[in-house]
Amino acid sequence: MAIKLGELTCAGTARRVASGDLSAAELIEATLDAITAQDENLGAFLAVYDKQARQRAQQIDSDADLRRQPLAGVPIAVKDNLCVAGCQTTAGSRILEPFSPPFTATVIERLESAGAVLIGKTNLDEFAMGSSTENSAFRRTTNPWDISRVPGGSSGGSAAAVASGVVAGALGSDTGGSIRQPAAFCGVVGLKPTYGRVSRYGLIAFASSLDQIGPLTRTVEDAALILSVIAGDDSKDSTTLPDPVPAFQNDLESDASGLKIGVPEAWLGTGVDPNIKREVTAVLAELEAAGAQLRPIELPHEEFAVATYYVIATAEASSNLARYDGVRYGFRAESNDLADMYANTRSGGFGNEVKRRILLGTFVLSAGYYDAYYGRAQCVRTLLCKDFNQAFADVDILVGPTTPSTAFAIGEKADNPLEMYLSDVFTVTANLAGLPGISVPCGQDDAGLPVGLQIIGPALGEAKILKAARLIEQLRGPFGPAPTV
Amino acid sequence: MGVSPEFVDYVAKLAKLHLADDEKDAVASDLAGVLEFFAQLDRVDITDVPPTKHVVGLSNVERSDVKSPSLSTDKVLANTADTDEDHFVVPKVLPD
Repeated sequence: MAIKLGELTCAGTARRVASGDLSAAELIEATLDAITAQDENLGAFLAVYDKQARQRAQQIDSDADLRRQPLAGVPIAVKDNLCVAGCQTTAGSRILEPFSPPFTATVIERLESAGAVLIGKTNLDEFAMGSSTENSAFRRTTNPWDISRVPGGSSGGSAAAVASGVVAGALGSDTGGSIRQPAAFCGVVGLKPTYGRVSRYGLIAFASSLDQIGPLTRTVEDAALILSVIAGDDSKDSTTLPDPVPAFQNDLESDASGLKIGVPEAWLGTGVDPNIKREVTAVLAELEAAGAQLRPIELPHEEFAVATYYVIATAEASSNLARYDGVRYGFRAESNDLADMYANTRSGGFGNEVKRRILLGTFVLSAGYYDAYYGRAQCVRTLLCKDFNQAFADVDILVGPTTPSTAFAIGEKADNPLEMYLSDVFTVTANLAGLPGISVPCGQDDAGLPVGLQIIGPALGEAKILKAARLIEQLRGPFGPAPTV
Repeated sequence: MGVSPEFVDYVAKLAKLHLADDEKDAVASDLAGVLEFFAQLDRVDITDVPPTKHVVGLSNVERSDVKSPSLSTDKVLANTADTDEDHFVVPKVLPD
């Protein structure tokens, strides 16, 4: 019987592998065939680990203990800013050519311990800087719903791989919306955990106070399952939280009655595509009809969030990316002079958007400007965190659109950095305040493109947002996978 | 704020980036646009507001003072362009 990849879930696959109904080896062959058939048009993958995946699948098929693990035999794709020992890792940049990390990211070790099969690495905007995956130094990724459109970014390869049905689960990283925005554009579920919920060890850093790793899946149950596997304290990342990690996937069902939903007024205001407003409003009305209470919420400092975000994110990026100097790893431009070697390496290795952000970040941290930009932005961030704390004193979750528009055309915003930055308007706040957020598909626009609905919860409120996302998934009914590319 | 070519040169030097002459104008105009956008933060009253240091409030995370294995020298040197015994080789730092 042919395997219909687009109908598989991570949880369902693991159950079938455990029962002997499906062999991991058979599933890996079907996945590799699908990548061969689709990826020329989709451009989701930067590397496919065919040999390792086949070996690993055989190992799982012959090991009863592994077959009982929660992700037994499940092919998982990971964004190529996550390190895997001995496998080239690029972060979508020429400056890491070649770089083969000596260690493996904690999240990948945890996935593998849970029985998952690492199938390959997915495309991304260079160093995760972008909202369209157009900034990758290597290839273009298309949106499986319409290949003339971007998949979103920066985890665009992971979102496209999941949306197309090639894999049921993938990992991305989210610094200002880089999991949730591509999830919305590609019609999949994307979850950014609370800051510190998931170890960042082995994630190539962009902005260390904002970065979090999280899952992209087609179902809420799968997002919960992968989160429960990858989350938790890690001695290799001192910013991880010691709090226990529940089995989120076992406690997803709930009732809308009594659920207090805050609706930030600006999220459905001007600048939001009327199609998106229509779809999100319809879901809110259904939740209300099912017993939820809707309350308008004001986040007084939210209008400053994108500017605050770009000051802090570029500042941290300029500092993190100072390490790429050609000395210890990656590309080196030859020169007889050390200072020239540094500058030539960086100028030749980084792409334009990365250089733009390094320059901005260097400026906002420079003597004479630090207080006016970086210092001030960190104070505005405090005010924004207070806005959220006040909101969560009254409501359980906040709900609105993930993005102001559906997937835009390839090239449409490539020459206008500011317009590209503004596409993150609803997602950056959760990173600034360290809060968990999830995007769940809630409908389609008139052109048939997916619309994402975002749920933000209080710190460590992953269970709350997953339950709400599951409710919405049930109200909405089946969604995707995308039409075959 | 306006961004002059000299200012672009100054920031590029701090960032250890070389910019070609034709890149400088584009960078100046991009920076000017984004910095004008950042200027909206001047409207926020931040009197007596402390800067955010950590969003979830963790501080002073310590580990036990025990030895644990670290990467071998071979692995650390494996990704560099040039080595000499256990060292990274870089162009001469001081003039002859």
